[in-house]
Amino acid sequence: MPVIELAGVGHRYGTGSAARVVLRDLDLVLTEQRIGVIGANGSGKSTFARLLNGLVVPTEGQVRVDGLDTRSRGREVRRRVGFCFTDPDAQIVMPTVAEDIGFGLRRRGLDRREVEQRVEAALAGYGLADHRDHPAHLLSGGQKQLLALAAVLVTEPAVLVMDEPTTLLDLANARRVAEVVAALPQQVVLVTHHLDLLAGFDRVLVFDGGRVVHDAPPEEAVARYRELVL
Amino acid sequence: MTELGLYHPGSSWLHRLPAGLKLGSLLLAAVATHWLDSPGRVGVALLATVLLYAAARLPWPLLVAQVRPLLWLGVLLGAFQWWANGWRTAVDVVGVLVVLVLLAALVTLTTRTTAMVDAVVGMCRPLRRVGVDPDRVGLLLALGIRSVPVVVALARGVREAQLARGLGASPTAFAVPLVVRSLRHADALGEALAARGVDD
Repeated sequence: MPVIELAGVGHRYGTGSAARVVLRDLDLVLTEQRIGVIGANGSGKSTFARLLNGLVVPTEGQVRVDGLDTRSRGREVRRRVGFCFTDPDAQIVMPTVAEDIGFGLRRRGLDRREVEQRVEAALAGYGLADHRDHPAHLLSGGQKQLLALAAVLVTEPAVLVMDEPTTLLDLANARRVAEVVAALPQQVVLVTHHLDLLAGFDRVLVFDGGRVVHDAPPEEAVARYRELVL
Repeated sequence: MTELGLYHPGSSWLHRLPAGLKLGSLLLAAVATHWLDSPGRVGVALLATVLLYAAARLPWPLLVAQVRPLLWLGVLLGAFQWWANGWRTAVDVVGVLVVLVLLAALVTLTTRTTAMVDAVVGMCRPLRRVGVDPDRVGLLLALGIRSVPVVVALARGVREAQLARGLGASPTAFAVPLVVRSLRHADALGEALAARGVDD
């Protein structure tokens, strides 16, 4: 499994008197295959997730993925760490399903035949083959999230970071996405409010006020989280 | 609205033509409309355009969907031209507009966005010498096409919220949240592009 290290990490948005500290004192080494992140709104979970593939560079400390610093080696880090957002509409870039899955591959300069092969495999693997040339915006919410997931996974990242991927989905679609995620061989860092998705995870971090206040297996972490917010 | 100007899968000879050739032909057709100066010629151009849709084996409702958004513009423009220059000019001006919109839509309906982007990137490659990034231009085109249904959906959402709150047809109550939501979407899209390595 890849090794994600956070050393003395803190992050603030803005400067001077307008500065808002969102993360502080994070020292973590993440080596497990399934890592959950939970916490109340505004607790710093999403910023934490964005640190892991260099979308956000910490204002203090270092984040390293397999030894690569996100500050200086962002490009290589992003090739290793795929990111899936809450709202699939915001991450679908191309107008049709197949074109969007192929987008990342084309950007990486893969030849046309390989792009087509990988796209076809992804379409079949995520149940989107019947929607190959359909406009992406006409898909259902669940299909859009599967498309977003397929578009990230087709580039074969070693780590997948997901920021509340099931928040906008109904129960059936959330379950479908959870099944896909459960079957992945990659290391997965899942930020979620759906606590039942964490069953079987190796480790869960509970965030509060920008800090990790509990770091434990799912049952214990979820129990502590409930104590914290209820 | 959802079918407006998006690729419609097919295997006609128009679908198989290279994207660059279609874009070049569209440009030539736009220049050639200069000679559409009589209702008869405009009629022939319209007929030819409709025949191209038939050749592409596109469903007729799709053709109608392309010109429907022009309805009010066409009526107003036609009425003004009739009043100012007579009915012949009105037919010429509105007819040319319809022909051009239909031809442009025909290109997007029969061409995958990726093929169009590749063609535009190829055309822009010589501009690299003056600092233009052809890949950026291609991405801009793809995002432009992709953003049309997104903005339409945002506008629909704002309109529904407006009606739910009994705000009637206030332009401010419509425009402000639409701009805010569009900017938020643009921000999220920018982040997603960065996550997918576009800035690398």
